[in-house]
Amino acid sequence: MSTKLGEIIESGSTEFTAESYELHNLPSLGSLVKVTAPKLEIFGIVYQSGTAGIEPGRRPIARGKDETSEEAVYQSSPQLMKLLRSEFQVIVVGHKIDGKILQYLPPKPAHIHAFVHLCTSEEIKQFSQSFSFLSILVNNRLQISTEELVAAALREMSKAQTDPHAFLIAAGKALTATLSGEYHRLKTILSRLKQ
Amino acid sequence: METQPNQNLGIVVTGSVEKGTDVRLDSSASVEDMVVGRYVTIEGKKRRFFGMVTDISLGVTDEEIAISPPDTSDTFTAEILEGTATYGSLHVLPMLTIGGDVNSVIEGPQPVKTVPSHFSRVKLASEADMELVFGKEDSSRFYIGNPLDMETKLCLNLEELVNRSNGIFGKSGTGKTFLTRLLLIGILQKSKATNLIFDMQNEYGWAGTSEGGQRTVKALKPPFPSKVAVFTLDEENSRHRGVSTDFVVRIGYDEIEPEDISLLRQTLNLTDPAVEAVYQLHRRWGRDWMQKTLDMPDSDETTKFLQEMNIHESTFQNLRRGLATIRRLPFIVAHTPMNATSSILEYLERGMNVVLEFGRHRDITTYMLVANMLASRIYKRYQEKMEASMAGKVTPPTPLVITIEEAHKFLNREIAGYTIFGTIAREMRKYNVTLLVIDQRPSAIDEEVMSQLGTKITCLLDNERDIDAVLAGVSGKNELKTVLARLAPKQQALIFGHAVPMPVPIRTREWGTPKSYEEFTRGGDSPKQAEKDIKELFE
Repeated sequence: MSTKLGEIIESGSTEFTAESYELHNLPSLGSLVKVTAPKLEIFGIVYQSGTAGIEPGRRPIARGKDETSEEAVYQSSPQLMKLLRSEFQVIVVGHKIDGKILQYLPPKPAHIHAFVHLCTSEEIKQFSQSFSFLSILVNNRLQISTEELVAAALREMSKAQTDPHAFLIAAGKALTATLSGEYHRLKTILSRLKQ
Repeated sequence: METQPNQNLGIVVTGSVEKGTDVRLDSSASVEDMVVGRYVTIEGKKRRFFGMVTDISLGVTDEEIAISPPDTSDTFTAEILEGTATYGSLHVLPMLTIGGDVNSVIEGPQPVKTVPSHFSRVKLASEADMELVFGKEDSSRFYIGNPLDMETKLCLNLEELVNRSNGIFGKSGTGKTFLTRLLLIGILQKSKATNLIFDMQNEYGWAGTSEGGQRTVKALKPPFPSKVAVFTLDEENSRHRGVSTDFVVRIGYDEIEPEDISLLRQTLNLTDPAVEAVYQLHRRWGRDWMQKTLDMPDSDETTKFLQEMNIHESTFQNLRRGLATIRRLPFIVAHTPMNATSSILEYLERGMNVVLEFGRHRDITTYMLVANMLASRIYKRYQEKMEASMAGKVTPPTPLVITIEEAHKFLNREIAGYTIFGTIAREMRKYNVTLLVIDQRPSAIDEEVMSQLGTKITCLLDNERDIDAVLAGVSGKNELKTVLARLAPKQQALIFGHAVPMPVPIRTREWGTPKSYEEFTRGGDSPKQAEKDIKELFE
């Protein structure tokens, strides 16, 4: 059973933003998530996540000077749970129509309030049979560095594999073709994949 | 992982008829398993190609990789880059092709006139492929060795081979003699031709030395006593070695003709006028010219005679010194009742192979004098017989293969035009006589003679000029150069020319162990005879 993480609060063809139901309960960087939309499932990779105040103009203030632990801060100020929220941003890398996984952008974006689930190991395995999605990650213009994101995504995916090493080698070979002529970027990513 | 026949090696990526094709190796095939000289097949869309690996190289898709390679401890990165950003590549020279339709299959392999299309799959040639190209061992095909790194028997069509003059080359100590011995056995067994061998080092009669010279191996006579006759120039030496001979060759003064002397002008240090004088003296005295020249006293009469003949005194002395060198040879006698030429011919006519051992007379003067004298007289007889047979009077003589060592002494640019061997090489099989020349300096042999050699078998050569001389006129010369220069110093040779459909580097067959003797003799005589021979051999 896949874990329900939150729901979409901002949506687009290439990426979407979702709010976690629980404060600080965020998926890891590079996790594969899915959104169920009418007639299709959209897959994305978490590229950014964070927690901030609900009002853009108001920044939280430090409250723990006299507290012994972080938990104690939240216990003594229970309103914080309502004033803060955790969000994560996802880059769309593929979708599934009629049971078939396609690693390119879906025809329509996900709806606002659509639920975002963390993919199960089985789903990750299925999705990672092909590495076409790597070119979407490599060629994006996100705030995060591509090298960090690609490495994180592949590390996350390798955890679901029966042979993580073989998976990383295969992924590395696919990446070599995608990044042909960009040896230094390749080298940076590979250095972040080593186990 | 060892590469297996039929395993996919890679795909064709670029190519041209002239330069051959480049094949990108699959990541599953290791460059280290590839060897230059190996055979591959290329599965084109419409036809199959046979080619030889002539170069192996490493490539990178990005120059940066070569500039800052991954750390040696970083096996992970290396494993990923292997076969993707870094790859092995083969240079393959396609040589033969078979079309897919029925006619082409019947026709057999043909020389290539095109290249395989892009991304054609390349595989190691299997044994069946090699058999298709080179044929199986049969009554006229002789198993001479195995293609490099393969178990397939490589067979030479000896009927085809003896139709033309052939050459065996290689620098000294690379197994030329060994290879020649094999080939002679082959000719003896699988073709109708007989051999006449001028055996300078006494290697082909009774016993020879193995490669490296550590042990003695049997030569032609012991395994095939009924087919080989051993002649000797040096009876005493034969006795010392404890071998019996069929005939002792003696040469009379009266058998030596001016042409024989003319050929030796360099070795005897004769001046041109001295050679001219020989012809004059021969005209005057006929067959006895040599005896009479040597017998002339230093008297006024002689001076008068020379003046009459218009021969200068110093020229005459120069000639006498030269002739005295010949006279000192123990096998030269005033007159011999047993004519060596006739005896050799008699044996050859009976289908026997004749090995002429030189014993201790290993100097080049003797060798040239004797080989040239005998060969020219034998050749003359063949010529007469052949002409008679053309007129329909008699059956043509059995083809004869004359083996000569140190061939460049007979066939160099200066004298190839005069020696009988130059004539034989140029006239090819017209008179049923061909040559098997053995030499370590092919560059010294006349180009015209080299170009007439049908099949060339060459062991390792490392002199640039020698390599060029051997490979002159062969298609894919530059590629073959790489193969030739990388042959092992022993037991390996490159065969190309008339008797093989495409050049092939081989590891020569074994000779020198009881098992090998048995294998050879089994292929030749009838089983009963072979059994008898083997029995005798080990008694």
